[in-house]
Amino acid sequence: MMSELIRVNGEEAALAVATVAELVASRLAPDARGVAVALNGAVLPRAKWPETRLAAGDRVEIVRARQGG
Amino acid sequence: MHTVYTPPTSDDPLVIAGRAFTSRLFLGTAGYPNQQAMLDAVAASGTQFVTASLRRISLDGYEESLIDVLGDRVGFLPNTAGCQTARDAILTAELGREALETHWVKLEIIGDRELQYPDVEELLIATAELTAKGFIVLPYCTEDPVACRKLADAGAAAVMPLGSPIGSGLGISNPHLIELVCSRSPVPVVLDAGIGTASDAAFAMELGCAAVLLNTAVSRADDPVRMARAMRYAVEAGRLAHLAGRIPRRRYAEPSSPQLGLVES
Repeated sequence: MMSELIRVNGEEAALAVATVAELVASRLAPDARGVAVALNGAVLPRAKWPETRLAAGDRVEIVRARQGG
Repeated sequence: MHTVYTPPTSDDPLVIAGRAFTSRLFLGTAGYPNQQAMLDAVAASGTQFVTASLRRISLDGYEESLIDVLGDRVGFLPNTAGCQTARDAILTAELGREALETHWVKLEIIGDRELQYPDVEELLIATAELTAKGFIVLPYCTEDPVACRKLADAGAAAVMPLGSPIGSGLGISNPHLIELVCSRSPVPVVLDAGIGTASDAAFAMELGCAAVLLNTAVSRADDPVRMARAMRYAVEAGRLAHLAGRIPRRRYAEPSSPQLGLVES
């Protein structure tokens, strides 16, 4: 069976985790600060990451505060 | 008897949306030769408010966030740099609120990538919508007194007209318009973009700006830390000069020394 796909920051990725919290944990250090997530074009507050399950076709943006002008 | 120097800012705070700043210099954090230079420049500038951007995490492992390196030493003003529509800017502002735990946003919507020139139509839409969502909106905008008033009417807590194009270092292209914006704006005016050196920052303050936001002039200077210090004093000097009130310009000389009791040979 083919694995289901999601898009993370514009790139296709296999849906290998259950929740948004797990996805973030797979990409960033656990204590990472200054991080925000949008799911399908809407911001998902940090408190909802653990309970929000990912589904095939979801578009996830994971962003971080960086230097800026 | 001599008096001890006290910064003019201590009894003359800038207040935006109820938040008081003793430093009238806002500093960008991008484009420094290295991270230590950025941290040292932030310290030397005396700023209490620095800008940040929101960008996708890189997929190749750990990277430090601005919040990790600057910690709680300064406040963060997330921007919406790179956005070209109100819709994108609103999502970016919401991501910034989540990432940096602040309702403040430097609203930047560019209508021409090459010129980095603000799109006032989109700014008005986004300012009204973000204000309704509880944001403190500081739009980067044109030095147009009507556009600035409309943005204030739409809810902007301050307006941030450009002196000249972003990163150009051309200074204040149209000082008369900046002065008009300052004299008519119902909200504080923050000169944003175009500053090249310290005299530009002082000039902005003399024209009546409430604060100056700059980045490239410091980050790309040969010595960013020294330039950061120069900007700090320039903003203070310009503010003092504005409050003090300059003398009128004259066409001819007006001798400073008394004209009576001249010595004759």
